[in-house]
Amino acid sequence: MSGGLIVQGLRVDVEATGQDVVDEVSFAVPAGRVLGLVGESGSGKTTVGLAVLGHARRGVCIVGGTVRCGTTDVLALGEPDRRALRGGRVSYVPQDPASALNPALRIGVQLREVLEAHDFGKSAAAREVRLAEMMAEVLLPGDADYLARYPHQLSGGQQQRVGLAMAFACRPSVLVLDEPTTGLDVTTQAHVLETVRDLTRRHGVAALYITHDLAVVADLADEVAVMYAGRVVEHGSVRDIFVASAHPYTRHLVAAAPDIAGREGLVGLVGRAPAPGRRPTGCAFAPRCSLATDACRDGFPAVTRTGAGHDVRCVHARPGALSRPALGSATGRSADAESALSVEGLSASYTGVPVVHDVSFELLRGECLAVVGESGSGKTTVSRCIGGLHKEWVGSVKLGWAVLARDARARALQQRLGIQYVFQNPYGSLNPRRTVGATVRRPLVLAGVDDSTADRIVAETLERVALTASYANRYPDQLSGGERQRVAIARALAHRPDVLVCDEITSALDVVVQAAIVELLAALRRDLGLSMLFITHNLPLVRSIADSVVVMSEGRIVERGPAARVIDDPREEYTRRLISDTPSIVRALA
Amino acid sequence: MGRTRFGLALTGLLALTAVFGPFVAPYGPTDFIDLPSTREVPGTLLGTDYFGQDVWSRFLHGGREILLLALVATGLGILLGATLGMYAAYRRGRTDEMIMRSLDVVLSFPQVLLSLVVIAMFGPSAWLIVLTVALSTTPRVARIIRGAAISVVESDFVAAADALGESRRRIIGAEVLPNVTAALLVEANLRLTYAIGLIASLAFLGFVPNPNAANWGLMVQENRLSLGEQPWGTLLPTLAIALLTIGTGLIGDGLSRAAAGIDRGRAQD
Repeated sequence: MSGGLIVQGLRVDVEATGQDVVDEVSFAVPAGRVLGLVGESGSGKTTVGLAVLGHARRGVCIVGGTVRCGTTDVLALGEPDRRALRGGRVSYVPQDPASALNPALRIGVQLREVLEAHDFGKSAAAREVRLAEMMAEVLLPGDADYLARYPHQLSGGQQQRVGLAMAFACRPSVLVLDEPTTGLDVTTQAHVLETVRDLTRRHGVAALYITHDLAVVADLADEVAVMYAGRVVEHGSVRDIFVASAHPYTRHLVAAAPDIAGREGLVGLVGRAPAPGRRPTGCAFAPRCSLATDACRDGFPAVTRTGAGHDVRCVHARPGALSRPALGSATGRSADAESALSVEGLSASYTGVPVVHDVSFELLRGECLAVVGESGSGKTTVSRCIGGLHKEWVGSVKLGWAVLARDARARALQQRLGIQYVFQNPYGSLNPRRTVGATVRRPLVLAGVDDSTADRIVAETLERVALTASYANRYPDQLSGGERQRVAIARALAHRPDVLVCDEITSALDVVVQAAIVELLAALRRDLGLSMLFITHNLPLVRSIADSVVVMSEGRIVERGPAARVIDDPREEYTRRLISDTPSIVRALA
Repeated sequence: MGRTRFGLALTGLLALTAVFGPFVAPYGPTDFIDLPSTREVPGTLLGTDYFGQDVWSRFLHGGREILLLALVATGLGILLGATLGMYAAYRRGRTDEMIMRSLDVVLSFPQVLLSLVVIAMFGPSAWLIVLTVALSTTPRVARIIRGAAISVVESDFVAAADALGESRRRIIGAEVLPNVTAALLVEANLRLTYAIGLIASLAFLGFVPNPNAANWGLMVQENRLSLGEQPWGTLLPTLAIALLTIGTGLIGDGLSRAAAGIDRGRAQD
């Protein structure tokens, strides 16, 4: 094989302790093909991606295995040779283009730098020709004016395309893409993915695409490798992985991924992936696996081949899928339902710049209303106005029959307690210096609940969000992201709010944890009859959780209706484009 | 690690001298012993000073005042500065501007000059020394703590407290303060170092609450003319002030390294 990437028995250790970050990682990517490397955060996928470039982050080192790019054994090279290789034969596209481009240099200068560093082309004139070619390949204008721009003058999507142009500059044979579309909105993501697909095919590049987004992988990749706790647990074609997954973890991953064209609910998975040094002997997934037996704990399972090119590391390997609940059909709104929260003619601005224009909607009692929009659509501003956290707005917000004041401080105690907020980032929404119990207790103390009753409610609420009462004595840094988010939900629920406002509460979480939170919210709605406002950019998720949906764009509502209707039969051009640009496993396999 | 321990040992030694010195001193601080500025005096360890008092006894008596004034002044400065800094960070906008710009005015005067002007005007009473040193410390502390608090104030847990309608006092005290303690400790130590230096300098210039009492800074000034005949009278208090500030400085350095996590993981033997 002339081109392509072959990784064999790769092992990367923590330098200080000798614990493995990743181990026994082997895969091959033929030229012109894309391998999707998926896994939760901390599974070691970025470590593998960097090892392909012969690089290890500070504190870890590559201790075993081989990485072959074409005929070159990358790990056998010295540092100067590796440096010549990187950006030349092997290139890397990082996650955040905004921080990967030097903000002080014009993009033309940065692009020429790559060519000069690798002595690409015989003369300056030849390099200019290549530069124009690169820009055309990534569908950016290559004129002098454009090349004279600074990174901040480009949009996120344009920045990422400049990153791609850099990566393709010296005609690499191997390309590593580390979550290159995370943080881009779906339309931009669709364009970037199209560019990646086109360039890898056309130039015979072997690409390793690292992501946590299964739908993107289904859309783009030829083969998929699933990582868990530093090991590849399953490797196969897209169809093998998504339709006939043989590893229980893969099945959970697939069942947890919301899909815009899907008709099934999500299945969550409790627990968390073990960190390096805490991994059990045997299969690392065994503690969370419903199929686990003693055989699983004896040693790391050997490779089982269940089909052509379909390898699994599981004692109980057996192709299949997890049974998933069918999504309930939307019942539609009953005409006599009471209003829990109504927003009328809400317009908001930031330091005089209007960002939300005349937004009106009504949340009925017991309903879940999703407010969907891309970044900058004003959806979070709307939720902050409702919560009394943003003060620059006009219009009316009514909780039941009561008109709410603009500022939370000016609202009555019962009104403040009646609207409870769950924030996007569970790492920032809990005071790190306060125990979980004290955090959950706070609304009760403000409401004047006596001590022993408060103790009982805190314990009950923690159990309601599927934690145990013993969590009350822990501090946030002892919890995983999913557990923290459960605590934040418990704080919001402690004093039985009328309306729960969830602002992108799953966007910082891994997909199996997200599914578990969605399951929890569904259970809470069923048991407590909660009215919920669910703010999200994740359209596929809406289907699994919301009854009704409001689609926002540029501060205005563009479409509204029952969730199933809006997603299956969008009436507005904007919504239609949003839905068609959203990658989907179901559509990719059809 | 070693440096911090060394700093702790130095500071501890001098603090013990200052606190317990008067109890073990062979003579009172103002007892007349013999001829002035004499090195060899029977019954004394280091001879007499410019006035014929026992140098060793005056040294043992002379640290308490400096240390006490410096501690109180620093405590007051930290209290005021941290409160103003956190309040400015939490309120932002016009309140923030007004607080910080007023403090900038204070900051624009050199610390020594400001203290000198005030004390020269009203006379060197203990409370005035404490107050001027504290007030000149306040803006410096406020700037640092405001900087540390800005990122805390923007966290969602503060927004959560706002949405619940917690009182501002509680938000600053219970949500913000516990999350800026690292910066506060480092700053307190640094300010203590400066306060010791400043109060000793004022004493050297003659601004002490009681001109007859023993005071390291004053001792340096009193005995510097007889440095040739009786070096101990100058040397001993100079050394004490220097070592004390070096000690607190090293502790502060260790604290800031610990807060930044620089030596983390290296301490294991």
